[in-house]
Amino acid sequence: MAKRIEVSGLHAYYGGVHAIEDISMTIEPRSVTAFIGPSGCGKSTFLRTLNRMHEVIPGARVEGKVMLDDDDLYGPSVDPVAVRRTVGMVFQRPNPFPTMSIYDNVAAGLKLNGVRGKGKLDDVVEESLRGANLWNEVKDRLGRPGAGLSGGQQQRLCIARAIAVQPQVLLMDEPCSALDPISTLAIEDLIAKLKDQYTIVIVTHNMQQAARVSDRTAFFTIAGTGKPGKLIEIDDTSKIFTKPEQQATEDYITGRFG
Amino acid sequence: MTTETGLASQAETARHRAPTRAMSTGRAGDRIFAGAARGSGITVLAIIAAIGVFLVWKAIPALQANEAGFLTSQEWNPNANPPKFGIAQLAFGTVMSSLLAMLMATPVAVGIALFIAFYSPRRVASGLGYVVDLLAAVPSIVYGLWGLAVLAPHMEGISAGLNSALGWIPLFGGDSPGKNSIFTASVVLAIMILPIISSISREVFLQVPRAHVEASLALGATRWEMIRMSVLPYGRSGVIGASMLGLGRAMGETIAVAMVLTYVPGINLHLLEDGGATFAANIANSFAEATENGRGALIASGLVLFVITLLVNMAARAVVARRKEFT
Repeated sequence: MAKRIEVSGLHAYYGGVHAIEDISMTIEPRSVTAFIGPSGCGKSTFLRTLNRMHEVIPGARVEGKVMLDDDDLYGPSVDPVAVRRTVGMVFQRPNPFPTMSIYDNVAAGLKLNGVRGKGKLDDVVEESLRGANLWNEVKDRLGRPGAGLSGGQQQRLCIARAIAVQPQVLLMDEPCSALDPISTLAIEDLIAKLKDQYTIVIVTHNMQQAARVSDRTAFFTIAGTGKPGKLIEIDDTSKIFTKPEQQATEDYITGRFG
Repeated sequence: MTTETGLASQAETARHRAPTRAMSTGRAGDRIFAGAARGSGITVLAIIAAIGVFLVWKAIPALQANEAGFLTSQEWNPNANPPKFGIAQLAFGTVMSSLLAMLMATPVAVGIALFIAFYSPRRVASGLGYVVDLLAAVPSIVYGLWGLAVLAPHMEGISAGLNSALGWIPLFGGDSPGKNSIFTASVVLAIMILPIISSISREVFLQVPRAHVEASLALGATRWEMIRMSVLPYGRSGVIGASMLGLGRAMGETIAVAMVLTYVPGINLHLLEDGGATFAANIANSFAEATENGRGALIASGLVLFVITLLVNMAARAVVARRKEFT
C-alpha cells in the first residue's frame, strides 16, 4: 500500500473558469502532506483532481498529469471509478450513508468491490473500525444507523469506510472543520497512526493543525478574485513554518494576509 | 380531487409561513385585506362542506330504498322496482385498474426521473422534463379516444399473448381475452398518471444532497451503484408517495375509462376479458338516463369514491411529508 503521487503541469477548470494553474509537486508515501492557503485558492479543487472527483461536477475538467507510482491517473484507458477505489476520500462534513447501519457503512465499499461472505466482511469491518479508533465505541451497536453517531464519530466512521477498501492514498478535505476540539484531536491522533500505512493528503484551514499533523506542507494562494489558484511552495512542514522560501508564505503564516 | 388537497396543503404551508396575527395594525386597508383573505379561506371550506352535505342528502333516500347490500352486492339496478344496487363490482374495477396502472407506471416514471436527474445532458433534461409534464396537460377525453381507437385494437394481441403465457395466474386467466378490458383501461391510466409520478420523483431525486452522492462516488461507485447506494434510499418514501398520488388520480379518472371499458355485469377476476366497471365511469355512463332513485344511487357510489380517494391522497401526503424529517 501507500504510493507516491507525482503531479506535473496540472490545470483545473470549472466550465470557463480557470480554477488552478500549472501545479507540479511530489507527494511522498507514508507521510502526511498538508495543503494550506486562503479560501478559494484551489486547494480543495486540487485535492479532488487527485482521485478524479473534480470531474463529477458538470463542466469541470482537468489538464496535466497525475502519476500514482507508475500509473497515469488521467491516462486515456483509465476508468475514474477504478481510480476512486485506489484513492480514498474523506469530506469536510461527515457523510455516512443515512439509511445504512454502522456495519453497512463500513462494508459499503467492499460490497462495491464484490467482496461477499459474512466472515470476511466481519473481519474487515472490525479491522477498519479499529483502524479508525472507533471500534470500542460502536462494537455493541453495529446494527444501529450511522447517522445516529456524534459528528466526530461519524467522521471516524467515514474514515473507516474509506480505509476498508485498503486504498493507496487517503485524501482528506478539511476533515475537522465541522468538529469540536476533542473530536478534532481524535481525528489528528488517527491521522498520525494511519500515516504508517497510507499516503495522506489533508486540506486544512487551520495552520496549527497543519503544523501538528503534517510532514510536508504546501501553500496555495490566488493573486485576486477570479484569478486561478497557484502553488507557491511545498517543503518540510518545519521549514514552511519557520523560514519559508517565499515572502507570500511568510506573510500568510504570520497572519499578515489571508 | 387533487386540486383540492393541493389547496389544502398550500393553505397549510402558508399558515406556517405567516407571521403572527399580532402584526395587524388595525388600519382599514389591513382589516379589509385580512377579512378578504379569511373570507376566501372560509368559502373553500364551506364549498367542500356543502358538497359533502349535498352528496349525503341525495344519497340517503336511494340507500333507504335499496333492497341489496350497498357495500357487498355486485348488482347495479337502481332504476328497477324495487331498486337493487351495490358497489362491489365498481370498487373491484376501480381498485384493480388503478393498482395495475400504478404498478405499470411507477417503474417507468422512476426510470424517466432518474434519466432526467442523472443521465441526460442538462439541455435534454429540461426539455424532456417539460415534455413529460405536458402529458399531464392532454385532456382525458383525448386519452379515451386514443385508448379506444389506437390502443385497444393492439391490446387484443397483447392480451391474448399474456393470457397464453400467464394464464395460470387467475387475473390473467379466462377463455376470451379481449380489448375493452380492465387491463386495457389500466394501460391508458398508467400513461395518464406517468407525469405526476415522474415529476415528483424527479424533484425528490434532484434534492439528494451532494454529500450523499459524493460519498458513494468517492468509494468508487459507478453511476448505477451511486443511484442504488445514495439516491434510491433517500428518495424511496418520496417515490412511494408519488405513486400513491398517481393511484389516487387513476381512481378518480372518468371519461377515458368509460370510453375504453365495455360494461358487463358482475365481478370478473379475469382482467384480460372484456368488461368491468369503475365508480367514475359508471357515473358518467348511467347518470343521463337514471331515475331519481338511480341518481341517488350514483351519488352514493360517488361518495364512496370520494372517501377512498381522500384516504389514498392523505396517506400519500403523509408518506411524502414524513420524508422531510429524514433529511
